[in-house]
Amino acid sequence: MNFTRRHFAASLAAGAAALPVMARAQDGSPPRIVIGPGVIEPMPIAVPAFIDEGGAGELARNISRVVVSDLTGTGFFREIGPEAHIGRITSFDAGIGFEEWRAINAQVLITGAVSAAGDRVSVKFRAWDVVNGRQMDGAALQFAGTKAGWRRMAHKVADVVYSKITGEGGYFDSRVVFVAESGPKNARQKRLAVMDYDGANVQYLTDSSAIVLAPRFSPSGDRILYTSYETGFPRITLLNVGNLKRQTLAEQPGTMTFAPRFSPDGGSVVFSLERGGNTDIYLMNLGSGSTVQLTNSPSIETAPSFSPDGSQICFESDRTGGSQIYIMSTGGGEGRRISNGKGRYGTPVWSPRGDLIAFTKQAEGRFHIGVMRTDGSEERLLTASFLDEGPTWAPNGRVIMFTRETSGGGGQASLWSVDITGRNLRQIPTEGPASDPAWSPLLP
Amino acid sequence: MSFTPKALLLLATLTLAACQNPDRYGSGGADGMGGTGGPGSGYVDTTGLGDPNDPRSIAYFNQTVGDRVLFAVDQSTVSTEGRSILTAQAGWLNQNPGYAIIVEGHADEQGTREYNLALGARRAAAVQQFLISQGVSGTRMRTISYGKERPIEVCSTESCYSKNRRAVTVLSVGAGA
Repeated sequence: MNFTRRHFAASLAAGAAALPVMARAQDGSPPRIVIGPGVIEPMPIAVPAFIDEGGAGELARNISRVVVSDLTGTGFFREIGPEAHIGRITSFDAGIGFEEWRAINAQVLITGAVSAAGDRVSVKFRAWDVVNGRQMDGAALQFAGTKAGWRRMAHKVADVVYSKITGEGGYFDSRVVFVAESGPKNARQKRLAVMDYDGANVQYLTDSSAIVLAPRFSPSGDRILYTSYETGFPRITLLNVGNLKRQTLAEQPGTMTFAPRFSPDGGSVVFSLERGGNTDIYLMNLGSGSTVQLTNSPSIETAPSFSPDGSQICFESDRTGGSQIYIMSTGGGEGRRISNGKGRYGTPVWSPRGDLIAFTKQAEGRFHIGVMRTDGSEERLLTASFLDEGPTWAPNGRVIMFTRETSGGGGQASLWSVDITGRNLRQIPTEGPASDPAWSPLLP
Repeated sequence: MSFTPKALLLLATLTLAACQNPDRYGSGGADGMGGTGGPGSGYVDTTGLGDPNDPRSIAYFNQTVGDRVLFAVDQSTVSTEGRSILTAQAGWLNQNPGYAIIVEGHADEQGTREYNLALGARRAAAVQQFLISQGVSGTRMRTISYGKERPIEVCSTESCYSKNRRAVTVLSVGAGA
């Protein structure tokens, strides 16, 4: 889907600025949330239903509801619902009566309008700094797209507002590839599927005839790597998202290949290859097919993940007994151990911002998702349960999604997200049990 | 440190020889869910496996010789008990050379998905190497790991985990070396 977007005149706020301003909060600084440790009081926002400027019907209201859902879903915003609104937005270009929004304690007001003609939908919006009685700089955009892509347009609106207020990149307009599960625990059926980050718009990419595991998006989102038993044996498989064509990236017979991840340029795949019971990490160039062995050790080396600049790879190894996390250069080698706490560490995933590594930790019979700096310092455990595993980063490096599985014969997997401070733990709604999420980059 | 790949970017064309034990990882069968446990009893669908009283049948191998060995937590070393089962397996396989062999390695659910794949492969390889040391031809054998994807028992306690940490010797007819 293609969007056209353009900034439009931000001058309309001028009329509104003449309104009287409440003295208490007017220090002139724009609304701001700094994501970090400590308690963050959610910022109150008001989002009146977007105006239908022709042909939009329910779409106008639905888009504004998805904007609210995105923002409040972060835990950093809380909505002041329409039932509490005093002010009425009847036209997109009318002046804003800030006093009426201050009276209900909204700090940010988002107004928008939607029009539709045929399959084309156009969305425009403005975000207002209610406290200071003015439009927020840069928070006014217009998008056009297709009707089927209406949720994406809502996500783009929310991404702009979230970015303006937090100073972080957006992540709502993104997809997640995952494994949809069904059937009993000892005969689980698994299918590859993709969904919007919030669980909407599920599409299935494979049937359930073969076990599929641990997918990963390419850096541009056009391909997916995963492990499949389609040939009867575990093999890394490359799927073209556009035409759903699959390719097995076969190695030598008698080996098992798994745990594939793309390099940041999308041109190479780092993966595990098992031969004679021993698992090491290899790097394959997708263009030439040439393959280089990066680790050479009698222990298990797996779950590799590139640094965002492509210069280093973190991975897990059980060379000292229980698994620990190591970092090596992309050229290979022994690597240096970075995890140091009690317990076993696995599935390291480098943050897209480069600052943190997310991991699965197993200690005293519990599983945790955690983050640490790339030198192993400042380890923070974000979750705890019977079985949490397999973190994946939101494109902005501020939220992590992972698999949580319940115990016992009826145990089922589901997808959860948590932010990097450990707040806002929530389940992602999926039709059925689901596992192994991997976040796409922010969509173009 | 590099090798020349022989079959890169190969389209998926590999197929497995038809397996005569469709429920080999307990996905169904007569009492796959509530098997009484213990190697060689309770959890095998005997359809097509032959007469268990015929010492040359797969059913006999599975039930009387014993088709599986169990492992300690996070270990791939074959135990003393496991070695005696594998010694019996090797004797039977050497007398019945017409069967092809797939050794399946499995792990319990205490571990991450990809680590368990590697661990299952270690277990399968340990069994393969033991069978080779007892004279079974390596060309008859392949290994596969299912990691924690195919538990045979579903509870989340050691009584189930101990049966899931296994390597199963699966036979198929007519594809022997």
